Amino acid sequence: MAEFLIETMGFPAWLSWTAIAGLSAFLILNVIAGGALVFIWAERKIAARIQDRLGPTRTGGRFGWLQSLADGIKLLAKEDLMPDGADALLFRIAPYVSFCASFCAFIALPFAFDVVGQRLNVGVFFVVAVLGLEVFGVILAGYASASKWSLFGAMREAAQVVSYEVPLGMCVVVPVMLAGSMDLVTIGEKQAGWASNWFIFHDPFTFIIFWVYYTCALASVNRAPFDLAEAESELVAGFHTEYSGLRWSFFFMAEYGSMFLVSALAAILFLGAWNGPIPVSQLLGLSDGMAANAPYALRLLGCINLFLKATAGVLVMMWIRWTLPRLRIDQVMTTCLKYCTPIAAAMFAGVMLWQLFLPGGLIAGSFQNAAGVREGWLEQSNNQDPDNEDALSDILPSRRIVEVSR
Amino acid sequence: MNHEAFGLLANLFAFLDWHEFFFLLFAGVACVAAVMVVLSDNVVRMALHLVLSLGATSGLFFLAGAEFVGAMQLMIYVGGTLVLLVFGVMLTAQTQLVALRTPAGDRVIAGILAAALLAVLVQAAFSIESWQKSGQGVATAPTATPLGMALVGVRVDQVAEENLVRPKSGYLLPFEIVSVHLLVVLIGAAYLARAKRRRVPRSVDLVASADSTKPRSSVAASSTLVAGGPK
Repeated sequence: MAEFLIETMGFPAWLSWTAIAGLSAFLILNVIAGGALVFIWAERKIAARIQDRLGPTRTGGRFGWLQSLADGIKLLAKEDLMPDGADALLFRIAPYVSFCASFCAFIALPFAFDVVGQRLNVGVFFVVAVLGLEVFGVILAGYASASKWSLFGAMREAAQVVSYEVPLGMCVVVPVMLAGSMDLVTIGEKQAGWASNWFIFHDPFTFIIFWVYYTCALASVNRAPFDLAEAESELVAGFHTEYSGLRWSFFFMAEYGSMFLVSALAAILFLGAWNGPIPVSQLLGLSDGMAANAPYALRLLGCINLFLKATAGVLVMMWIRWTLPRLRIDQVMTTCLKYCTPIAAAMFAGVMLWQLFLPGGLIAGSFQNAAGVREGWLEQSNNQDPDNEDALSDILPSRRIVEVSR
Repeated sequence: MNHEAFGLLANLFAFLDWHEFFFLLFAGVACVAAVMVVLSDNVVRMALHLVLSLGATSGLFFLAGAEFVGAMQLMIYVGGTLVLLVFGVMLTAQTQLVALRTPAGDRVIAGILAAALLAVLVQAAFSIESWQKSGQGVATAPTATPLGMALVGVRVDQVAEENLVRPKSGYLLPFEIVSVHLLVVLIGAAYLARAKRRRVPRSVDLVASADSTKPRSSVAASSTLVAGGPK
């Protein structure tokens, strides 16, 4: 986009690059902050409906849709308190650490084809790595508060997040294996077309591993039933017991940002990313199915698609929170070590075998066996390079390698 | 007045080399934070500074285009420091070890050692000719795929050479050996650190349950075994 400004509009290079960088950062910030406002309102309404109440009704009209904004103003006006024994520096920076980790992960998250802050070759890996850093803020908050409730909450969170990173990583590897790339944009591109192309419907193993991923994601963002870190019935409010005002709200923005992030990641990895269940634009002849050639309006539609899917994921998280009771710490560990990890490992092996014997997914794969695919591929390579057919069998592996390495 | 200031800013931005700027920023943060690790006496703050230093180093990797190594740095080093932080919190929560003071003698020895190492590294870094030009060694192509191919023995950077057709042994075997070794170490550590239960000897068990009205079949079986009954 910066190139467009430089070449077409004649802007100086430094101005274009700075403006585009600023614009990306601004947009991502608003996804998190605006998303938190909407999601907190939605959470209150959903919680109320599940408990047969009405929830906020007055602020801003019929549905109380301005409630979060009013709460935000209230939080701004609140006194910023700090306990006497607190470690002042760590207490102050802890919320920002949490928020920054959540924000940084959004940098590599694509919202549609090439609508991404920074397209990274190792996007999945980066997002998972940065997401794990959010717990730093929680631990610092728990330690610096000089309160035993905070410390207990932080320790629980540390144990939980460190354990759940293992099955989460294993679940994330499966779509990477299917797409043959760690680039989130490429992974999304591979699922274009009908909904049967989505990785969740690729084979039975991916269908199961999606639910394992969702469970682990739920645990890694500390949502109920895994919200031991802020168990209000036993730890007052866990790690943020001593926080008030705007600092407290930073923790919440980080939490809702992470919820949206893991849901969007689930959508990109398993649920077809920005591609709708029916390739409408392709059927209408508006695009040729290649996202790179698609007009910008279609990318905007892709953004809406992804936002809908991610929001659905967040709403399911809320539904789960107000339905299931909180787990005990030993049950949390049992879920991770005795269920999630072995299931994820078995499904990983299953997907690997499936790829070996039935490549191309359940529907495409059952019609053409591995040999057929190979023949088709050989034919294709022949057509591409008719000059040296004799030497083809010799250089075939190397050509394939060159293609892969591009 | 405003125009002048804007023009000044524009000139500043236009002549600023962003690559250089971010390199100096990340390098500066990494160095200052590393010094702070040594100078602070609170374990948790040390861990925090270590996180900052390692995070800035990963920023340097991203700047050089080595995205895979950068993400690795975040995952392993920064994530690993998390566990260090947890231990720090657990140790200092009891107010005995809140401050760790290093004796002056240790500081002197450590200073000499660090200065010697620094001298060797600086000398080595400046003696390599290809490192002297700036902007050298910035990867433009994706780095993860060649790394993965090299793991299974295909050197993509030597793709023109004929030895590609028959791949040489890659880094997969050493990698597997190291990872299995690590797994063995982890299992061993878990075995050593597990909560030890006191084993009640079997014979005591036998005596205790012998006078119950209905002896279980397994007890009966093992008592015949102990007595050396019929084979």
